[in-house]
Amino acid sequence: MSGWSRHAGLAIALPIENIDTDQIIPARFMTASRDEGYGQYLLYDMRHDKAGYPYEEHPLNACKDASVLITRRNFGSGSSREAAVYALVDAGFKAVLAPSFGDIFSNNAVNNGLLPAQLADGTIEILLSQFLKPSPMEIDLEQGTIKTNNLEYDFQIDPVRQLKLIKGWSDIDLTQSEIGRIRAFSAERREKAPWAWPCKTA
Amino acid sequence: MNAPLTLFDKLWNMHRISSRADGASLLWVDRHLVHEGSHHAFRKLTDKSLPVAHPELTFAVVDHYAPTRYRHAISDPKIHRMISTLENNAADHKIEIFGLNDPRQGIVHVTAPEQGLVLPGLLVTCGDSHTSTNGAFGALAFGIGATEVAHVLATQTIWQIKPKTMRVTVSGNLDAGISAKDIALNWIARFGAECGNGHAVEFAGNTVEALSIEGRMTLCNMSIEGGARMGMIAPDCKTFEYLQGRPYAPREVSWKTALHQWQTLQSDPNATFDTELVLFASDIAPTVTWGTSPEQALPITSNLPDPETMDPPKARETQASLDYMGLTAGDKIAGTPVDQVFIGSCTNARIEDLRTSAAVLKGHKAKIPGLISPGSVSVRQQAEEEGLAEIFIEAGLSWEEPGCSMCVAMNGDTVPPGARCASTTNRNFRGRQGRGARTHLMSPAMAAATAITGELTDPRPFLEGRPIE
Repeated sequence: MSGWSRHAGLAIALPIENIDTDQIIPARFMTASRDEGYGQYLLYDMRHDKAGYPYEEHPLNACKDASVLITRRNFGSGSSREAAVYALVDAGFKAVLAPSFGDIFSNNAVNNGLLPAQLADGTIEILLSQFLKPSPMEIDLEQGTIKTNNLEYDFQIDPVRQLKLIKGWSDIDLTQSEIGRIRAFSAERREKAPWAWPCKTA
Repeated sequence: MNAPLTLFDKLWNMHRISSRADGASLLWVDRHLVHEGSHHAFRKLTDKSLPVAHPELTFAVVDHYAPTRYRHAISDPKIHRMISTLENNAADHKIEIFGLNDPRQGIVHVTAPEQGLVLPGLLVTCGDSHTSTNGAFGALAFGIGATEVAHVLATQTIWQIKPKTMRVTVSGNLDAGISAKDIALNWIARFGAECGNGHAVEFAGNTVEALSIEGRMTLCNMSIEGGARMGMIAPDCKTFEYLQGRPYAPREVSWKTALHQWQTLQSDPNATFDTELVLFASDIAPTVTWGTSPEQALPITSNLPDPETMDPPKARETQASLDYMGLTAGDKIAGTPVDQVFIGSCTNARIEDLRTSAAVLKGHKAKIPGLISPGSVSVRQQAEEEGLAEIFIEAGLSWEEPGCSMCVAMNGDTVPPGARCASTTNRNFRGRQGRGARTHLMSPAMAAATAITGELTDPRPFLEGRPIE
């Protein structure tokens, strides 16, 4: 995964609260492998009628090129399915702006280079009203700001997540430098808490 | 003297291997549970040519896609592939698997504790948000995404940002017919579905202490619906009694060492929490959700909320939920016609849940169709031995095989569009049980009472003179 510090793209408003991961990627699409791509399934039931025809007026159907999603509180709550992030990333999204996010979603997002940027409720409402039609937005990840129409807003992100996005770190690669410490910890735990290993006779 | 610590602090410290300058900590994982949905993680491992670091600490369970009927002849090739992929990954990496026809098969958060795989003081991860269930034993248990699952498989560790702490204290006696599920829904309804965001929650107080181990699992299970990745309860004699003699639990000298160490797993008397919330059992009535977020819950005796009495954002949200659910503002909740019932899931499919449902249903016929999927093969067998299955079947409900079933709607068990389902599950999200499905979350007692009347029903009158064993 490559890191990034700046992004410029089209932002689009989706003024709905509590968009949980079941809505972002309905369960029935989750048998797909990553190679098949998840972008076409993003918010599928919200974007399509029962016969599978897209609602033309849905913001994400009206604009296929958006890379920043502005939405209401509690985005990505619920299921831990990382496929919700795959759906956003595969559909071209680089950032989601919302007043709050599900904890597991935020971790999954950052592990895939997607920024979960937290902004105050009031700021989000202003942005939602301005971006009902897609418009350009710039994101400065290092500064923690978004810029639009010459106005700048700060967003919140945990510094651990911010750094990881900028560097494009993969945890598995980072942890290679910890192998010695992990081995020592494991040996010590085994000695002090032998009960923590499953009973062999089961 | 050392500063007083919370249970969470103690568990965190016990597992911390190192900390980075930016604030992330590397934690040791004692138990890693995988299921069919873990295929992305195994693929990541294959792409990096990495082995599973500790297969002896990793267990695989078939649950999300497990058919509840005709499991010997799976007709859907996608479901078949999901299950065989897990079987192949488990075989390739020498991971023990509780497969579709294994007597230990069940929902991961039901069967793992039953098998003694979850213990106080363990750090447990699983690619499933309801891993919080396992915190009921005084374990640090949380759900993770696929990238994190791959990391745990490869290293038996996980990088985490330390969450804040929250204590939810519940005091007083619960009335008959009111259960852990009602406590959970009350906590979320009162403080919001995001109240636990960024927090590790400890449930405490004499109401929580009085809960059975299974009730505690139900409560911790719903932590994530209140926004918290982890919920936990300090272990006590009940916990130790539950665990002793279970297949993978420690024995003999190891058991004694464990017991000794587990005694310290509680918050110190003067420990401070970032957030303290308080609930009283006397305020808790049988509770049901009416909307599309678990925070949209009310006592069964209430009327539906009226958006006209609310400020604009709340009114808009409420109206949208009422519209999706096909309900009218101000109507009584009790008496709402229901199309079907589901009793199951990692929230409420354990033997005590089934005993409660059976106590309500005994001698009655269900007015509407219903599916009961016990939490595990072991729960299923016990329910059959105790005569509970017979009560369900005589009532006209379908008694089927264990799995996640209609809670997550991946195995073909779905609620049709527009249909209203009384469900003992954990999520009333739009489309969760199937596109357009309308889900009402409730306790096993209320689901059973609703099956009898065909409408949302207060279970208490049905339990009069019927003690639940």
